[in-house]
Amino acid sequence: MTLNVIADILSGTILFAVPLLLVALGGMFSERSGIINIALEGIMVIGALFSCLFLRAMDASGFGAAHPQLAVLGAILTAALSGLLFSLLLAFASIRLKADQTIGGTALNMLAPAFAIVFTWAIQGQGQTTILIPTWVRITQANFGFAAGNGFIERFIFKSLFMTTPIAFLLLIASIVVLYKTRLGLRLRSCGEHPQAADSVGINVYKMRYLGVAISGFLGGIGGFAFTVAAGSGFQSSVAGYGFLALAVMIFGNWKPLNILGASLFFALFKIIGSYAGSIPFLPHFDGVKSSEYIYLMLPYIVTMIILILTSKKSRAPKAEGIPYDKGGR
Amino acid sequence: MKKHGNRKGLINATASLISIALGLIFGFVLLMLFNMPHALTGFSNLMTTGFASSEKLAKVFYQSAPLLMTGLSVAFAFKTGLFNIGATGQYTMGAFLALVGVVQFRLPWWAGLLLGMVGGAILGSIPGLCKALFNVNEVITSIMFNWISLFVVNLSFNNMPLMLANAWGAINKDRTASLTGAKFMAYNPDATIPKAGLDQLFGSNYMNIAVIIAILIAGLVWVIMNRTTFGYELKACGYNRFASDYAGINAKRNIVLSMTIAGALAGIGGGLYYLSGTAQYTLVKSLLGMGFNGIPVALLASSNPIGTIFSALFVSYIQVGGDALQPEYSREIIDIIIAAIIYLSAFALLMRGWISKWFLRNQTENINAESIVTDSDEDATESEEKAE
Repeated sequence: MTLNVIADILSGTILFAVPLLLVALGGMFSERSGIINIALEGIMVIGALFSCLFLRAMDASGFGAAHPQLAVLGAILTAALSGLLFSLLLAFASIRLKADQTIGGTALNMLAPAFAIVFTWAIQGQGQTTILIPTWVRITQANFGFAAGNGFIERFIFKSLFMTTPIAFLLLIASIVVLYKTRLGLRLRSCGEHPQAADSVGINVYKMRYLGVAISGFLGGIGGFAFTVAAGSGFQSSVAGYGFLALAVMIFGNWKPLNILGASLFFALFKIIGSYAGSIPFLPHFDGVKSSEYIYLMLPYIVTMIILILTSKKSRAPKAEGIPYDKGGR
Repeated sequence: MKKHGNRKGLINATASLISIALGLIFGFVLLMLFNMPHALTGFSNLMTTGFASSEKLAKVFYQSAPLLMTGLSVAFAFKTGLFNIGATGQYTMGAFLALVGVVQFRLPWWAGLLLGMVGGAILGSIPGLCKALFNVNEVITSIMFNWISLFVVNLSFNNMPLMLANAWGAINKDRTASLTGAKFMAYNPDATIPKAGLDQLFGSNYMNIAVIIAILIAGLVWVIMNRTTFGYELKACGYNRFASDYAGINAKRNIVLSMTIAGALAGIGGGLYYLSGTAQYTLVKSLLGMGFNGIPVALLASSNPIGTIFSALFVSYIQVGGDALQPEYSREIIDIIIAAIIYLSAFALLMRGWISKWFLRNQTENINAESIVTDSDEDATESEEKAE
């Protein structure tokens, strides 16, 4: 195993951890405010759809090639806002109308990919189901004026670097600060634990829950974009179940930002190991088995399952999540 | 009390019908937005194709059988307060064992179905056990096992040469053997679900007794849920797990049993579809949609087993209609419409409130105040149960 493979694995781990981190953080804000957000998958799809369309427009207008990272920032903002707007559908149903949160979320998960396919068709023409991502999106050494090298550090940093990675890092820090160091965070958390008590001291539970869901839409949308650039083959109206995985990561991370970071890195590492299994000498190769890639594809799910079972005693969900808040209720 | 129960069912059905009507109107608006000149023909295709010919109707029945089974699976778990998002994994496992039964072991179709049921049940029991023993959320376990079962099934098929189509004279090896190929028919003629003359009646190869089996099972599920102590215990656990524990019902056992039965139902669905002879399991790396479509089927029926029959037929009907939308529209418009219907039915609580008020205004003298109180109480508990 060469150093290069290690660099590739590490860089790939970070690349795939970013969407999981962002989306799981989003789920955390929503659940901490008391709303189970099973619609994360759909939110990701919508964020990815609109940001990719934005990039496509930027590419066509020539602005993207001239100012690539500015255009990417614009795409990230588009993803965040479209995700936010979409998540308000869930918020409206589950807060204002007190509808079942799982049902509303499931509906949105069905809606998003179907809408994405129909919308992509309408824009790109019949049968054109893939929105290609322009090549200038990736950050390369040339952006910094370096010559392209192939050492350990270069490979680790520049193999697959996108604007979403530093942004995700900043958002993680912001999440920790907002959740634990501000009045807003305290209020939000109280609404997920004991909304009646929160209401009794003058906190507007409905407002806090709207906010929680909106933040999850904001982060989930960016996560969808981050996943699409990481997957690399363009946007095909799907985020391959990452929204659901992010839910698992959030539970695995015990609804806490730093644990979620750890959980997403862990999950991404196991995912990446699968694709590099051939070049890692100490891993078994299953030579007698046909299509043995499936064994490694299963790995992250099995490992997560085992860890969820082992850590279940310590797992503590927000107490009031999933229960619509009724001012007149006991 | 009997009368009261009927009224509640009527209110639920009306709420679903209103959601469906609104969803279809929304679909029509979408058709107009995306391709104005074809909107009217598109919409009429969508609404009439299913009944246009006996062949299309056969297709509606053909697709509704597995949909009904996965819908029943989700509905059964819902009644116990569990969300079975793992129906697609259980369905895949059911299809796998059913196919292995008829191909590898040369069993007749009914034995294949039973094997499929066992496969689904095993997979369903896992989230149940994880929930009961370790308190791991069943939604997460189900999602994880959806993927695990997909990969296990694909891996196994790839390593069982007899299972793949290329062992039976076809060239492709990305799918399982065709059960109606000449070579296979000589090997195991009993592998496909009997058609009992229905294929001639409808003039379509798609027609077999699968939909009848599925409807009979729906009836059985209704009996279990509403006429047995076991069903009562399951529902009690759904309403309030702790209260039923206190009342001497073993809630943990019931959670495991409920998920196992839900899995078994989805597993039968997999068997019904892939033993039809007209479907071949294709080895892809994405989850099968049939399992996920069970969720809207169950939701539309408010998890009532008998209602599930109608909602499965409806979903299947507009899916067949959706195929006729092409090429002017992509068929995913159907999924948008179904999603809109589900989203609207999430307002069911609100809608049921309106409808029951309307009913009350029309027949105030027939209903005494007491039954109104019970009704609203029940509605409240039900919404809480679903939220759990």
